[in-house]
Amino acid sequence: MTDVLVVAELLEGKARKTTLSAITAARQIAAGGAIDILVIGEGASNAASELTGFGARKILKAEIAGGYTAEKYVGTVANVAKSGYGAIVATSSSYGKDLLPRVAARIGAGVAPDVSAITVDGGKLVYTRPMYAGNVIGQLTVNTPVQVVTVRQTEFEAAAPSGGSSPVEDVAASIDDVASKVEFKGLEVVKSERPDLAEAEIVVSGGRSLKSADNFKNLLEPLADALGAAVGASRAACDAGYVSADLQIGQTGKVVAPKLYIAVGISGAIQHLAGMKGSKTIVAINKDKEAPIAQVADYFLVADLFDAVPQLTEEIKKVKAAG
Amino acid sequence: MKILVPIKRVADPDNANKVKISGDGTEVTSEGLEWKMNPFDEWSLEAALRLTEDGKTKSRVGEVVVVSIGPKDAVATIRQGLAMGAERGILVEGEDKKLDALVVAKILQKIVEKENPDLVVLGKQTVDGDSNLVGTYLAEFLGWPVANYATSIRTSDDGKTLTIVRELDTGAATLEVKGPAVITTSDRILHPHAVKNGVTPDDFAYPESEGGRYASLKGIMAAKKKPVEETSAAALGVDAAPQVSYVSFKLPPARSGSTTFVESAAELVQKLRNEAKVL
Ligand SMILES: Cc1cc2nc3c(=O)[nH]c(=O)nc-3n(C[C@H](O)[C@H](O)[C@H](O)COP(=O)(O)OP(=O)(O)OC[C@H]3O[C@@H](n4cnc5c(N)ncnc54)[C@H](O)[C@@H]3O)c2cc1C
Ligand SMILES: Nc1ncnc2c1ncn2[C@@H]1O[C@H](COP(=O)(O)O)[C@@H](O)[C@H]1O
Repeated sequence: MTDVLVVAELLEGKARKTTLSAITAARQIAAGGAIDILVIGEGASNAASELTGFGARKILKAEIAGGYTAEKYVGTVANVAKSGYGAIVATSSSYGKDLLPRVAARIGAGVAPDVSAITVDGGKLVYTRPMYAGNVIGQLTVNTPVQVVTVRQTEFEAAAPSGGSSPVEDVAASIDDVASKVEFKGLEVVKSERPDLAEAEIVVSGGRSLKSADNFKNLLEPLADALGAAVGASRAACDAGYVSADLQIGQTGKVVAPKLYIAVGISGAIQHLAGMKGSKTIVAINKDKEAPIAQVADYFLVADLFDAVPQLTEEIKKVKAAG
Repeated sequence: MKILVPIKRVADPDNANKVKISGDGTEVTSEGLEWKMNPFDEWSLEAALRLTEDGKTKSRVGEVVVVSIGPKDAVATIRQGLAMGAERGILVEGEDKKLDALVVAKILQKIVEKENPDLVVLGKQTVDGDSNLVGTYLAEFLGWPVANYATSIRTSDDGKTLTIVRELDTGAATLEVKGPAVITTSDRILHPHAVKNGVTPDDFAYPESEGGRYASLKGIMAAKKKPVEETSAAALGVDAAPQVSYVSFKLPPARSGSTTFVESAAELVQKLRNEAKVL
């Protein structure tokens, strides 16, 4: 049993859903100890009120104006982190992976990064994590008194509200000199009407073979819309600029684990598989039946995607209309 | 401009599914697999070379030092970096098993203090450990800013200020950073226009490429004569012990079931509905 601090992730003044996965992981680590949530950044007051029903002992908030830089937040988070917690937890989003290691280095804590499961062995917390692009599952322990943990959003279900309401306390912001060396100039947030990749039940992904941004729009998006799916992509498609980089799935992109993953014209390189092989059912549409995606595909439609995708969209609309 | 580029050798990432686990489950073995430069480090090195050259005339206008911490054999990876165009190399001898982000960052800190580079450019992650920690640790120990997941780096004409675009889950953030600074690179750092240094003409575009530049024969010959300094953690005065211990490794469970090949979109939809029950 230990007290755990969750560092909430904010986007445009709202708590991101990633925070709820961190709360779930924190409950496992705390094993009956208290959980506090630190809400830091612009809009912290609003985000604090969003997180008040999740059973935290208290919510600590620090309003810090202007955009996020780790350098600007690290002092405040480190001060709170040092005040009696056994573990500091966030989701391993690009935010958690940027901020928490800086905090860890400051307070001398070891980090278990991008963790997929938490167990206890002989009284010690053991963290399981995929390595080598998901080809090795490693288990590690952290040898420092305070442990910093970032967790995979797809492996820790979003916490459900547990009722009650946590008291909100202000904490003093502490901004150190290094912050003056970085100036936040702007954030371009990608907006989409479709479900978020990490949360979607169905993901439709396209690869290099789609050949253009227009084909993504005119072929893949109607299929995604018919299924109520999120859209993803291979690195090759992101590199070529067919879609924005935040849609990349794989070792260095996002990890997804939907009920249904449809890979359209994606070869299935090791680095891509790392991001999607945890999906329940995997479909490949590819004209090459030898493509490595076959190693993980449950269903494989050997076809030219330019014929198959519009047909599939029509078939899905038909069965949906029939109910 | 002087740039330090830490590089690590990793078991051939395109064959990462062929690594094995030792009988007692305490070690990952990559026998039979070729050692390769961690792809992100190759990209970082290429970005650093672009920042220290006139891209148009290919003349060098700065210095790149590559450093690797690992067994003696890792010198081959350093030579590869020198063949690509880095000026010097440093090998810090160490056993891979006894390194974690803390130890690596502490060693790099000492090297930075000796070398005084304007920038340290690292990969966002090594593709074996996939940890994504060292760059940030190093920046914190140095009291420097870090721009993680850079997709674009532009320097001011005097090279002291950098405009960096960071790739995020939610979009992209732009930072202005005063050097010296740490940068970690993301996948798209080798886009033809991603790196601008105030020397290479602004309209110059690098060719599209998925990796760093090939070492020419001349480069490979030259690399043999370039200096590689050998040192150790102890000689650098680093006695940090790892903060994390890997207690076991396993291979992931194979996906169960086999692939069903289908003939048409209609058949696929029927199977997804009636067999997999996901529609
Ligand atoms: C360090 C590192 C990290 C990486 N991280 C990632 C990552 O996170 N995510 C990722 O995806 N990749 C990643 N990659 C890149 C990866 O290795 C592959 O290069 C990439 O995934 C290939 O993308 P692709 O499948 O779209 O393209 P290709 O490999 O070119 O495959 C195209 C496929 O489309 C099929 N095809 C072509 N035309 C048609 C048609 N008309 N109809 C049907 N099928 C067709 C072909 O048969 C082929 O299988 C990484 C690489 C490195 C080195
Ligand atoms: N043993 C090492 N020697 C040199 N550089 C390293 C070493 N380990 C990690 N790095 C650097 O740190 C980056 C991030 O690695 P990691 O935090 O381990 O994922 C890599 O891309 C390298 O630039």
